[in-house]
Amino acid sequence: MSENIYSEIIVAIFLLIGTIFSFLSAIGLIRLPDVYTRAHAVSKSASLGVLCTLFGAFLFFLIADGYFSIRLILGIFFVFLTSPVVAHLLNRAAYRSNVELAKESVQDDLKEFLGGNEK
Amino acid sequence: MFNLFLMGCLFFLTLSIMAALYRVIKGPSMPDRVMALDNIGVNLIAGVAILSILLRTHAFLDIILLIGILSFVGTIAFARFIERGVVIERKHIQ
Repeated sequence: MSENIYSEIIVAIFLLIGTIFSFLSAIGLIRLPDVYTRAHAVSKSASLGVLCTLFGAFLFFLIADGYFSIRLILGIFFVFLTSPVVAHLLNRAAYRSNVELAKESVQDDLKEFLGGNEK
Repeated sequence: MFNLFLMGCLFFLTLSIMAALYRVIKGPSMPDRVMALDNIGVNLIAGVAILSILLRTHAFLDIILLIGILSFVGTIAFARFIERGVVIERKHIQ
């Protein structure tokens, strides 16, 4: 019985970390001023939150049922692999389609680099 | 107690999905909306994982992989469409 309580406490800590990071990324998605800063908030924080949540679920099924779920391992690996790729492609699409930066930004290094083939 | 905690986690995930939905509706540019939709997909993965703990079943773990792959493919297609105007390019005939 006490072992069950300890496993629930460990799983609850992982789920709490994951949920807090997802909620913070949502707050960043609302409050930040720009596409690029919003992508910065969303990609890192939300992917870390979902990784912690999936690892908590994996630990729960491993401890409570003795069930080694290879699908959750694959899900963790896949989210870890694809989340930065999605953020990179969306940022590149936003810059190439001339979404402007926020007013507070001071420097745009890509402008002189991509200045020749501006659409 | 543990079930109540899991329901609290689901409540906060629902709040973050609502925030992303606000960004989908109001977002000034097109990549904003696509990024918020991708964030909704990621939060949905975490929601399915918490729900499968809450119901004590293994049956939903395929859904996690499925939502991940579908969200990735859809977001890549939208990014290519925003950048180049087409999703699948044709081969040039010399």
